[in-house]
Amino acid sequence: MGKTLFDKVWDQHIVTTIENGPQVLYIDKHLIHEVTSPQAFKELENRNISLFRPKQIVATADHNTPTKDQHLPVKDLLSKNQLEQLSENCKKNNIELYGLGHKYNGIVHVIAPELGITQPGMTMVCGDSHTSTHGAFGTIAFGIGTSQVAQVFASQCVITEKPKTMRISVNGSLANGVLPKDVILYIIAKLGTNSGTGYFIEYAGDVFENMTMEGRMTVCNMSIEMGARGGMIAPDETTYKYIIGRKFSPKDEELKNKIQYWESLKTDKNAVFDAEYSFDAEDIAPMITYGTNPGMGIKITETIPSTKNDSFEKSLLYMGFEKGDSLINKPINYVFIGSCTNSRIEDFRVAANYIKGKQKAKNVQALIVPGSQLVAKQIKEEGLQDIFENAGFELRQPGCSACLAMNDDKIPEGEYCVSTSNRNFEGRQGQGSRTLLASPLVAASVAVEGRIVDISKTN
Amino acid sequence: MSKFNKIISTAVPLSVENIDTDQIIPARFLKATNRDGFGKNLFRDWRFHKDGSVNDDFILNNDAYFGKILIAGSNFGCGSSREHAAWAIHDYGFKIVVSSFFADIFKGNALNNGILPVQVSEKFLQKLLKTVKNDPKTLILVDLENQLISVEETEYFEKFDINPYKKLCLQNGYDDIDYLVSIKDKIEAYEAKRTTI
Repeated sequence: MGKTLFDKVWDQHIVTTIENGPQVLYIDKHLIHEVTSPQAFKELENRNISLFRPKQIVATADHNTPTKDQHLPVKDLLSKNQLEQLSENCKKNNIELYGLGHKYNGIVHVIAPELGITQPGMTMVCGDSHTSTHGAFGTIAFGIGTSQVAQVFASQCVITEKPKTMRISVNGSLANGVLPKDVILYIIAKLGTNSGTGYFIEYAGDVFENMTMEGRMTVCNMSIEMGARGGMIAPDETTYKYIIGRKFSPKDEELKNKIQYWESLKTDKNAVFDAEYSFDAEDIAPMITYGTNPGMGIKITETIPSTKNDSFEKSLLYMGFEKGDSLINKPINYVFIGSCTNSRIEDFRVAANYIKGKQKAKNVQALIVPGSQLVAKQIKEEGLQDIFENAGFELRQPGCSACLAMNDDKIPEGEYCVSTSNRNFEGRQGQGSRTLLASPLVAASVAVEGRIVDISKTN
Repeated sequence: MSKFNKIISTAVPLSVENIDTDQIIPARFLKATNRDGFGKNLFRDWRFHKDGSVNDDFILNNDAYFGKILIAGSNFGCGSSREHAAWAIHDYGFKIVVSSFFADIFKGNALNNGILPVQVSEKFLQKLLKTVKNDPKTLILVDLENQLISVEETEYFEKFDINPYKKLCLQNGYDDIDYLVSIKDKIEAYEAKRTTI
């Protein structure tokens, strides 16, 4: 029987298998940030264990960082303390840190690909569930808890059971205005918020083959919202073109050899997956969520389903929606374009292209938060900054920002926010906030109209 | 990590599905740099109103229900990988979470902190929730050795699965770092023989 892309990468990284138990998986790159690492550093200190492979760790500050006045001392003392601890821990242990103000600073899942750290065939972990993003490169990448961060510090390995494999194929052509975000929101709405638990997903078919790396990252990023530890896409010419020339990318002979290896990673024709699903691209339309988990999504023109279930009803009560409601024309006061799902240059190009020559609605506060310093620089160089600012959007400095509202970027209680982020959980964007997940294009249209509109008509 | 064997306790029934780790511990409480003290903010925004007053409708605020066992709806612990969720549950005093389905990362985090996730059938879960809701004094037995959960003084019981390695860790209070450090030679040998990447 042939092997899947996942099997090939996984099998390359097995150090040993514990009798009757899980496997010891070697980790090539370990990404860390300020929120889920301090307790892991302490754990090692308490046990008097030194870091095993500090050169394979890269650190950034992103989760709690302010998106305004980053050159000034951080006002929130708890956040400041966490950031200082990260700096001290990295210095003490010789870890490369792209801290606040550094030219490579940004959201961990934006900077690693853009610096060429993320490469096909690797294993990567981070104390963050959206580590699945890096699977876009044909990488086994998944989120871990802080105890596992400590394990990787101590041994460059994690102990884990081998997940089952799932392939999700989407074939056909996407309609104008349907973005990668809509594809993944559609898949999650169809399969459900826990459908991927216990699995590693491979996304296959011409829709993903024709996607840019930015789009593939958006898709893989949200694999965890189905419960899957990760999602992967086979590396191809698009992947290689993206990687070539980046700071840590392989060069010359090394690059040639690696591409040859990466080519061998594709799923064999006779490989069998534990689960398979396929969808037609033509069935996918611009999506929006109406509830408090990412599986509660509909096409923007559809009405909220009439599911009979206590948890479903609790969710609608929180959102202030009724079964059978249409979201079209619903007034919206907040729009957030950012997060590790949609804060790459392509996302801002799409938004700017729509916004150009228009004005944001008076009732809307629209926040644009780039994923990294490099993206911010590109926004400026490509003239997108002027488009956003002329239209009344507020362009901020990089960070996770209003995706999880650990800093000051919060949505007020009871308010709706159309957001390009990944989670619409209760209070995710601030206590009492109500999140509607959508693509950057839908978010831009809502900001301009001040209400939810059918983008296929306005575009 | 403390050793885990058998627990008999009353339980708290929380019949909500898809409880994500943002509900278990909201992001604004993740700014600590140690593992202690998260229990006071467990389910913070369900336990308290925004003005800080107690939400009497929430089950944890009902004095009739308490114990070392939390029984929750399907897909418990989905969302963020924050281990703070497991720390908060442990710090509050729960040693066992029973559900019909757990999110992967949460399950691992729980086991790494001496919390036993007991996965039961949906039918058994509904029976448990109903029984405990009706009689808060109901005692539940969780026996790790025999991988058995039962309702005392009734015929209700179910066997549950756990990875043998993880079971051994829980029973003996070992953790994964102890094991990984002990196989450092193997890890170095693996590094030496790698030809790719």
